[in-house]
Amino acid sequence: MKRTGLLSFLIIFIAVVYLARLFYLQVLNNSFNTPTINNSAVKVMYDYPERGYIFDRNGVLMVANQLSYDIMVIPREVKPLDTTAFCTLLKITKQEFIDKIARASHYSTRIPSTFLAQVSKDDYASLQEILYKFKGFYIQKRSLREYPKNSAANVLGYISEVNEMMINKNSNYHLGELIGTAGVEKTYEKELRGIKGVKFIQRDRFNKEIGSFKNGLYDTLPISGNDITLTIDAVLQQYGEALMANKRGGIVAIEPSTGEILAMVSTPTYDPNLMVGRDRSKNFTKFYLDSVNKPLLDRGLQAQYPPGSPFKVISALAALQENVITTETSIQCFGGYKYGSGKGSFMRCHCETGGSPVALNKAIYRSCNSYFATAYRKVIEKFPTPTEGMNVWSKHAKSFGLGNYLDNDLSVGQKGNIPDGNLYNRIYPNGRWRSTATISNAIGQGEVLTTPIQLANMTAAIANEGFYYVPHIAKKIKGRPLDKKFTTPVYTTIDKKNFKPVIEGLFDVFDNPRGTARGSMVEGIQICGKTGTSENPHGQDHSIFIAFAPKDNPKIAIAVFVENGYWGARWAGPIATLMIEKYLNGKTSRPLVEERMFEGSIQEEYDKQLKETLKETLKVEK
Amino acid sequence: MRSRKDNIFHGIDWILVLFYFVFIFLGWINIYAATINEIQFDLLNFSTEYGKQLIWIGLSLPIILLILMFEAKFYEKYASIIYVITLILLAGLFVLGKNINGSTSWYAIGNFSFQPSEIAKAATALAIAKMVSDKQFNLKKRSVQAQALLVLFFPAALIIMQPDPGSALVYLAFIFVLYREGLPFYYITVGFIALFLFVITLFLGYKVTLISSLILFICILVFFIFYRPRAFKKGWIKITGIYLMSALFIFSIDFVFNHVFKQHHRDRFDIILGKTVDIKGIGYNTNQSVTTIASGGLFGKGFLDGEKTQGNFVPEQNTDYIFTTVGEEWGFLGSAFVILLFVAFLLRIINKAEQQKSKFSRIYGYSIVAIFFMHFAINIGMVIGLVPTIGIPLPFFSYGGSALWGFTILLFIFVRLDANKTYEW
Repeated sequence: MKRTGLLSFLIIFIAVVYLARLFYLQVLNNSFNTPTINNSAVKVMYDYPERGYIFDRNGVLMVANQLSYDIMVIPREVKPLDTTAFCTLLKITKQEFIDKIARASHYSTRIPSTFLAQVSKDDYASLQEILYKFKGFYIQKRSLREYPKNSAANVLGYISEVNEMMINKNSNYHLGELIGTAGVEKTYEKELRGIKGVKFIQRDRFNKEIGSFKNGLYDTLPISGNDITLTIDAVLQQYGEALMANKRGGIVAIEPSTGEILAMVSTPTYDPNLMVGRDRSKNFTKFYLDSVNKPLLDRGLQAQYPPGSPFKVISALAALQENVITTETSIQCFGGYKYGSGKGSFMRCHCETGGSPVALNKAIYRSCNSYFATAYRKVIEKFPTPTEGMNVWSKHAKSFGLGNYLDNDLSVGQKGNIPDGNLYNRIYPNGRWRSTATISNAIGQGEVLTTPIQLANMTAAIANEGFYYVPHIAKKIKGRPLDKKFTTPVYTTIDKKNFKPVIEGLFDVFDNPRGTARGSMVEGIQICGKTGTSENPHGQDHSIFIAFAPKDNPKIAIAVFVENGYWGARWAGPIATLMIEKYLNGKTSRPLVEERMFEGSIQEEYDKQLKETLKETLKVEK
Repeated sequence: MRSRKDNIFHGIDWILVLFYFVFIFLGWINIYAATINEIQFDLLNFSTEYGKQLIWIGLSLPIILLILMFEAKFYEKYASIIYVITLILLAGLFVLGKNINGSTSWYAIGNFSFQPSEIAKAATALAIAKMVSDKQFNLKKRSVQAQALLVLFFPAALIIMQPDPGSALVYLAFIFVLYREGLPFYYITVGFIALFLFVITLFLGYKVTLISSLILFICILVFFIFYRPRAFKKGWIKITGIYLMSALFIFSIDFVFNHVFKQHHRDRFDIILGKTVDIKGIGYNTNQSVTTIASGGLFGKGFLDGEKTQGNFVPEQNTDYIFTTVGEEWGFLGSAFVILLFVAFLLRIINKAEQQKSKFSRIYGYSIVAIFFMHFAINIGMVIGLVPTIGIPLPFFSYGGSALWGFTILLFIFVRLDANKTYEW
């Protein structure tokens, strides 16, 4: 009898399994039982929420919304129409019409797609009257971004239509919708976008709308995006942008006691209002293709340069921490530092101390290369192998947030570079290198690379005497405290006591009659700073400056970088001190310097470089 | 005898006939729901699929009468000839067949097309029944097993070459028939172990499967060495042999899967095993089908009120995916009803088959249960996302004339054989 039972058993077994599966799918699992947009019987209409506003730290409105009107199309419902009239009405060509319909149909014939985005208010008025004649088209109201301050384009970023990749990745977005693609708009997209409202409309088989689906059971109201208050000071930001006119470079200013970014300037920049509306894509392409000025590159965050002299401060701090120098340790400098027997083993120095003893203080305010080379070498040579010494030095430098991403709320960034022993072991295999091979690191050349924001953060850490807060751009988001990582101090590996003499040295950069930034001294403000000139093989040296003020209880730490600005005190120094003055006093006391910065241009130098590059390229092509 | 000659309906099992008409009715209702659109309602319109199906249903009535008119003996007597004719028809496809959707499974005469593989099931069932019912036929013998296999092999091979591997898969069902008639049980065991290994290997990858089976093998050996030393001495060669065969099989699965299968076959397995999701691409069918069924809920959305059905979101909804319409519009109650109806129907035929005095009739009855069961299990399993996509119809429900007639012939030959049981002596 066993033989007769097998098939019956299998039939019942399979049936039980299938019934269980059906029970699970249809009764237990309710997640499928809500209406989906993939549903021809139910039309989905979105009600777009207003995107959150963006304010500066003092409540000045930086990004607002203006209304815009999109023409939507549901390809399946389009009936034969008078294309010529329709195209004239929308001011498009027939070919554009065909392309747009094809694109929408490709996405879906049933789901509405944007046919023509961001029609102006005037066009809307006339369209509204006639559009009902064209079946399958309708107008959807949406809000567009507006930038009343015309400034901080690199900080604020912009929004654009989602691309197909994003649509596939994230079901929140549909074709033609907007998404933050750069700057704050990108990093805080989730906060700013709000929640779309949905209306489900039931249709009958003949596609007629017959009222709301299930009496509006699933309908939702839009919830506006959250407003964001930035740490940026709009006045300071605009002032910085004006100072940097006709110069390439970046300024980053940070409040040391909080890590809040007060200003973040990158030039050349663009008017953020150009990235809105129907011309957005045209303008974007123009900026994107401008490989000479690179307006879309945020130089404050992305430009990596050798920091030059400001980095000497790190060398000094590392040496003090490792107890290889004291504040009294002094050297003599005769126009340079000889670190080997070879003829080329000589680092020139412009400190002009003529052999008199140079101790830490003087070394800083005269920016003596020989002194910091000695200090650096002592740190490396304290350890049995250069690799170990290099790693210790590297650890100290990296504790200032250098050589890695800051992990902040900015949408772009660069790592920069702080070399360690392993790097040189790769360059010189078998350990055939000594401290002298890497001596340029001591003065911020060699393999060291930093971005302006890293330099500003380093300055803040010095101002705080040993710790920093991760620099961030958001100050307040409606209803939510700031991320913990922005309110927890990050400590450097340098003891607090070692900062005192260094800060004195930085103060003397302005205060001592022979200080390298004596010319930028500001009456009434105790500024500590350091000039820098970063060697550049492609053209003029870069002009660099770091500073913080006031000396006690610092309110602002700043790093300024001017591409091909010759030397630190020429452009970066005055700009940094003007920024500090503007921020602390609200006004500046040096109209002549200010005027020189506003008007000053390095465009000639840039043009010269461009010409040379072009010449070389042509030569290669020939 | 007299009443038999006068009345072709004498002795037939009205319950099976009732089942048949209930299935046909439910099937048509759902085809109607799945294919209706804004075009004017017109039952006998040849351009709509529900209209066409109604015509197929109407034409199946004369077929039924024709089948019932023949003597039961006729089917037994001419089984071999019917089988040979069917093979010729299948082979003829390669010369005269029409290619639809990539497989040459159809004869087309004007607007009318006909799929011989649907008839082949009945013909093969008759052939197997005739062969196995022979008193000399002992399925314990290897040579006899090979003969039976050969009878199944020809139609299956011809159908695979069309290519229509889904339809050929149904021929595996005959293993249950042969088992019922004396095929040793280890064929079934080996079959299920192979299926199990196949699924496990695809799911875990062949390396993991090999290693875990090796561990299991060592555990078994250790168990025998310490607790059954005597059995170990006798049996270790066998155990090792079984292990080596399985290992070889696991390797071959991996090879076949990656080198013989086509990409779309691999995708179907990956979807079912949850290795890929891709609901917009390769997983679209399964995802749509499962969500459509699930959206029906307990009570369903009601006749013609299934939004997904009406929006034509499920591909092939009137043919292979017809069960989604049941699921969406009639809910769990409706789909459970259909499943229970099938179970009752299949058990009824088994019951009837066991009552047959003639071995031929019994084997034929078993054959059709096995075939119906295979269709039922694969089709519904696929639609609810438990079995990889294999395109075979749900008996009596799916749209299509050839399939409907094939199943009708399959069933009513049995009804005819069954009606005669009282006259057997």
